[in-house]
Amino acid sequence: MKVAESWLREWVNPDLDSQSLGHQLTMLGHEVDGIEYQGQGLDGVIVGEVLDVQPHPDADRLRVCKVSTGEGEPVDVVCGAPNVVKGMKSPLALPGVRLPNGAKLRKSKIRGVVSNGMLCSAVELGLGEESDGIMALPGDAPVGKSFAEFLDLPDAVFDIDLTPNRGDCFSVLGIARDVAALTGAALKAPDVRAPAATIDAVQAVELPEPAGCPQFAGRVIRGIDPAAQSPLWMIERLRRAGLRAIHPVVDITNYVMLELGQPLHSYDAALIKGTLRPCYAQGGEQLALLDEKTIELHRGTMIITDDSGPIGLAGIMGGLSTAVTDSTRDVFFEAAFWPPDTMAGQARSYGMHTDASLRFERGVDPTGQARAVERASELLLAIAGGSAGPLQLVNNDEYLPKPTPIDLREERLQQLLGVQVDSETVTGILTRLGLSVTRNKTGWSVVSPPHRFDIEREVDLIEEVARIFGYDNIPEVTGSAEAPLEAVTESRIETEVAATLLVARDYQEVITYSFVDADDDLAISGAKSALVLSNPISSEMSVMRSSLWPGMLRAAASNSARQQDRVRLFEIGKSFHGSLEDHHERVRIAGLVFGPVAPEQWASPSQPVDFFDIKSDVMALLRAAGSRSQFVFSEAAHPALQPGQTAEIIRAGESIGVLGKLHPKHAKQFGLKQSVYVFELDASAALASEPPVAVAVSRYPAIRRDIAVLVKENISASELVDAVASAAPDLIKSVRIFDIYQGAGIEAGLKSVAIGLILQETSRTLTDEDADATQAAVVQKLHQKFAAVLRE
Amino acid sequence: MQALNDLIQSAASKIDAAGDLASLDSVRVEYLGKKGVLTARLKSLSELSAEERPAAGQAINKAKQELQSLLNARREALETIALEAKLAADAVDVTLPGRGLDIGGRHPVSRAMQRIEKIFRHAGFGVRSGPEIEDEFHNFTALNIPDNHPARAMHDTFYFPGGNLLRTHTSPVQIRSIVEEGVPIRIIAPGRVYRCDSDQTHTPMFHQVEGLVIDENVSFANLKAVLHQFVEAFFERKAELRFRPSYFPFTEPSAEVDVRWDEGKWLEILGCGMVHPNVLESAGIDPEKYTGYAFGIGIERLAMLRYHVTDLRTFFENDLRFLRQFR
Repeated sequence: MKVAESWLREWVNPDLDSQSLGHQLTMLGHEVDGIEYQGQGLDGVIVGEVLDVQPHPDADRLRVCKVSTGEGEPVDVVCGAPNVVKGMKSPLALPGVRLPNGAKLRKSKIRGVVSNGMLCSAVELGLGEESDGIMALPGDAPVGKSFAEFLDLPDAVFDIDLTPNRGDCFSVLGIARDVAALTGAALKAPDVRAPAATIDAVQAVELPEPAGCPQFAGRVIRGIDPAAQSPLWMIERLRRAGLRAIHPVVDITNYVMLELGQPLHSYDAALIKGTLRPCYAQGGEQLALLDEKTIELHRGTMIITDDSGPIGLAGIMGGLSTAVTDSTRDVFFEAAFWPPDTMAGQARSYGMHTDASLRFERGVDPTGQARAVERASELLLAIAGGSAGPLQLVNNDEYLPKPTPIDLREERLQQLLGVQVDSETVTGILTRLGLSVTRNKTGWSVVSPPHRFDIEREVDLIEEVARIFGYDNIPEVTGSAEAPLEAVTESRIETEVAATLLVARDYQEVITYSFVDADDDLAISGAKSALVLSNPISSEMSVMRSSLWPGMLRAAASNSARQQDRVRLFEIGKSFHGSLEDHHERVRIAGLVFGPVAPEQWASPSQPVDFFDIKSDVMALLRAAGSRSQFVFSEAAHPALQPGQTAEIIRAGESIGVLGKLHPKHAKQFGLKQSVYVFELDASAALASEPPVAVAVSRYPAIRRDIAVLVKENISASELVDAVASAAPDLIKSVRIFDIYQGAGIEAGLKSVAIGLILQETSRTLTDEDADATQAAVVQKLHQKFAAVLRE
Repeated sequence: MQALNDLIQSAASKIDAAGDLASLDSVRVEYLGKKGVLTARLKSLSELSAEERPAAGQAINKAKQELQSLLNARREALETIALEAKLAADAVDVTLPGRGLDIGGRHPVSRAMQRIEKIFRHAGFGVRSGPEIEDEFHNFTALNIPDNHPARAMHDTFYFPGGNLLRTHTSPVQIRSIVEEGVPIRIIAPGRVYRCDSDQTHTPMFHQVEGLVIDENVSFANLKAVLHQFVEAFFERKAELRFRPSYFPFTEPSAEVDVRWDEGKWLEILGCGMVHPNVLESAGIDPEKYTGYAFGIGIERLAMLRYHVTDLRTFFENDLRFLRQFR
């Protein structure tokens, strides 16, 4: 909300400069987002009076005006504005002035006639975005005096970010009340004189739905001057608040809303058919609104009807059929109390958002309707004349909020804030805020004024005291509570350890969005995600990822496009699974690698990364959590990965992750030309761990035996190793494959596998005979299981 | 005996002249070998009379020892020279880079999150997490944001058909943790949050750390202390903080906290307040007995200040040239 300092000071005038006032507003909880200083640099602009207007001898569109500057001889000013007339007063910029638009005025000849200044439009003075000629000043403007002073310029306009709980502050009055409470400066209400009724015209009003509209104030004013114009001071105040002048009647309703916080609506009284009845829409009715759009009403929306049907959207926007126009002579002002419950969500449901709806949603003073009508009537009679009917106030007390006393306990106040605030200070603060306060045994009994409907319980009062007392005045006190010690588990390793390990292996962490493109997710997971956002930012961010890969692939591709030829990424984050009704989230650790194994280097030839590089990274991660024997890598199929280079990782019979080479068709889809290797692990399963159980190391030497066997090429390494180990489980401590050979000398379809056995006993030194026997048992086992033949 | 001295003299000069171990060894053989000059002298002792023999023998043995030590010294010297030559040939250019992998790095947001976690862990806070797909109850209702509350509209929420949503803040973890663990409680909850907003200063996903302390006699003064200490710990410098009254439905009194940054500018870094009694009640806690505070810190904001990042969006562009700076 924009509030001009000059307007605010009319209500409360503390001894503070603009900056300090802005700061105080912020410290009251009304955060000032910015202060705009308007009307600066108008020092050389005065109020001029046009005494005479003559045509320019050499230009049809120009006039030569004699303009009084208040002293000495009138000066000649050449003017091109169509609206310049004899007798009008207008801002006159004298030579030497630099106008807000940057132009510096000098005495000059315009088509042969000397011009001693310039009659200015609002735009030229930086006081508007459009104008149709020079600015017309009212008749009482003092000729020769400073124009800026006349219009209360320069003026600071505070842009205030109101919090949603303080609907009562949505006006000059509301802000002024809080400033008065803080500073102790007096709150001065402008002198509103309720107009006396001179005619007895009334508009029939009934309240058939008192819960939706418990109070309705109005007044008929007949016979206004349709040619009346809004006064400059009002136009200026509206402008500084960010509103444009439209029509005197509309301008008055806006003005009163800005001033008092109560939105009003004005009808052309002659166009209302019969009785006004606020009621709930049935749903489906059509209503043409002031902005000339027609909407279809939702069931349960509060509307205003007359005998013809719906004529307005309550508290949001009036209808077109009864709108005030340039020919309106009879006006009916409406100021209703639409309770926040009635208004909540309504404007939004029509895609609308108006100054009125904003205020009603947050709540207006439930007693402020009559005052608003009085203020608007007074202004209208002054500006456009006419005859006022009596003030109408229709209400149903039962549905209007009633003030209830709230107890504020002194002890609770001190305890919650952690500071002693003496009781006079508390009483003073609450009183200045307009609350009625009585002392009782434990503290205070407080009744809030109707506009402070946000105060519902004790803590609301404590907040009010803290706010005015000043958060700055509350000390810092370190709490002494001891927290119980938490167990540090070894049942899983922390994801932090995993991250550190990957960083040590040259992986860079990325953070990609949790929502991805539906097609990307489908391509990678092979299944359509059910977790689709209703209101995504874009289609590229519309479904919850079921894998971290799509986001990482996009990140890898954009880095590749930025000439990064070696990329090693990891991410730790959630993936999302299941249906809308039954979804679950898993923390995943994923990696992606392409390019050379190591950075380009003088000492070793560059080698492209392959399956076994990424496998060793994955193994390192898994080894951090458990022993090698707990994990099985088995050949698998995966929609994202290339067949034959895909492994599923299994731990205790449970699949905990997958690794492999990205299928070339997907690499292409993501714009990657390289061979891309990826892994993804379920964090909780992969990082499950347990405290190590130590076993005594053998004091006897180990014996190594190497054998080479010929087997069919489709026999996997792990099958061979498992078979070897099982041949003599007590003696064979470790089995390693140290060479695999196919080619010359080996029959096609076979491979030669060289296997190293480490044999050891914990209770004795092994003999050659033991080793020979074990080796024979191994060969026997391999022959039996795989028809393996020992190579000599 | 004059001849023996000459002999040593000439042997010594031959030893000095020996340029390598082989020639040194031939000097040794010439004098001390089986057929060496000194060996021959020893053998010829028998030709002397019994009176002369001891003195002559002693002299020869002394000469032998003398030669032996000269030989040893020379051998050591030659060995040192040889080793030095070998090592010189083995020298490398130590300014060439090492072989193998480089190291990677953490994302700056993770890096900041780690710091925040560490600081609060040291103060006895437990670390908790919660789901990112939330229901309206935990994200709004239980936090004193009923249906149609204006604050709901201000949250720019991502919804799923059926009413679930992406959590707009880490505050739902407050509710889940209180219900699961009861009070007293002292936790932080870091994680991803989502708002349907994307421009220069907003990304649709960002990170928060929620803090929650509930116990008997917890006050706003405690909240001020813990946040001031946190900010100074995080930035490793003295900091001036400003607590401004603000509004969050789930805390009261509520505050936004600004830190005075370079050139005296106040920068907003977090929101906080005393846990609203409605929130405690909805989690089954007696607000008469227990009070507490809660805070929510935007991690990107802190990371930007800490690491001089000027554009929020760079955090999620994952440009390696940007990320590699945080190793």
